[in-house]
Amino acid sequence: MIILGVALLAVCTLIGVFLGDLLGVALGVKANVGGVGIAMILLIAARVWLKNHGRLGKGVIFGVEFWAGMYIPIVVAMAAQQNVVAAASGGPIVIIAAVGSLVLCFGAVALLSRLSPGDATSEAFAHGGSIVGGAASDEPEAHPAPSPSAKTVPAAKE
Amino acid sequence: MLHMIEHVFLEQSLVAAFAVVGGLILFSNFVAKHLTAGRVHGSAIAIVLGLVLAYFAGLYTGGKKGVADIPALAGIGLMGGAMLRDFAIVATAFEVDVVEARRAGLLGVIALALGTILPFIVGTLTAVAFGYHDAVSITTIGAGAITYIVGPVTGAAIGADSTVMALSIATGVTKAVMVMVGTPLVARLIGLNNPRSAMAYGGLMGTVSGVAGGLAATDPRLVPYGALTATFHTGIGCLVGPSILFLAVRAIVGG
Repeated sequence: MIILGVALLAVCTLIGVFLGDLLGVALGVKANVGGVGIAMILLIAARVWLKNHGRLGKGVIFGVEFWAGMYIPIVVAMAAQQNVVAAASGGPIVIIAAVGSLVLCFGAVALLSRLSPGDATSEAFAHGGSIVGGAASDEPEAHPAPSPSAKTVPAAKE
Repeated sequence: MLHMIEHVFLEQSLVAAFAVVGGLILFSNFVAKHLTAGRVHGSAIAIVLGLVLAYFAGLYTGGKKGVADIPALAGIGLMGGAMLRDFAIVATAFEVDVVEARRAGLLGVIALALGTILPFIVGTLTAVAFGYHDAVSITTIGAGAITYIVGPVTGAAIGADSTVMALSIATGVTKAVMVMVGTPLVARLIGLNNPRSAMAYGGLMGTVSGVAGGLAATDPRLVPYGALTATFHTGIGCLVGPSILFLAVRAIVGG
């Protein structure tokens, strides 16, 4: 059933955020510490458990994957409500601090991905992209896997 | 007539938001396909368009929530708000390749540490260069360079004044916007094309909205991995900002 998938997602999110709040209180921080990340780990664990017990039905999968597919539209809505005026009118100190940390962090990503090269060939990786990309059923069957995997350079060579 | 249409938008705010965002994405995909010959992701265009609309809406309404401050588009605020954003981010975890994610765990931790310390150092040095000498202001601005939530949380905890706080938030928001726009441009350059580098990226960039937007605009396959580390970033920043980092700054500048 579809609602079971949505409910599973909701319960994982609620538990994760609650644990994040608890962690925040335990550490004496006025913020949620890793709640969403904990929720993600719970959902991954739930998927593995359901799969191993043969209970991962189509409805459950659809209920979760629908929301994964709504991810990009939600991010677009999120972008449309940023305080861009404040960002654009922040003055030099804001620009320098933001650009400086950005450049440094991009550099660090480059360094880390050189030091510890990854692999972009797994099937789960490609499948996830088609779900999160929200295009899972947009592409007619006639064009076998046209988009993600063909476009990027094989990462294994890194 | 126009009044009645507006009424529908007000009453059905979230439904209206779905329609508006859908239209925006349709338009962006069309532009991506026909004007850039598919070289730019449709979602990248949609996100940039969203930011541009947020800018003009902000100028028009004088509010802080971009398009969502226009009453007829208030549903965008709900759709793109933290609740549904986090819900959708968690949902992407369903697609995570467990083996790959676990293998990159240590890398993620290193990235999180670097992603907290590097921006903080840049932020504090900038603050000093612009004439701030007290530990509280320097720390608050430095924390803002981590994310726009860490900034004000840290500032509030150590008693920064409101102008410094505003500066700190503006730094974080600017960073988030730049991450959204900049990521697809540098993705190839920094090797951002596999789960491992996405996890490193999420930990380093931190800002959940920036990472969410940046990865969506670059390659949807990367989203779950980047989000997994990025969602720990703000919490860690809020943890070390008012404590370790503040004490370190105070030890160096004194007072």
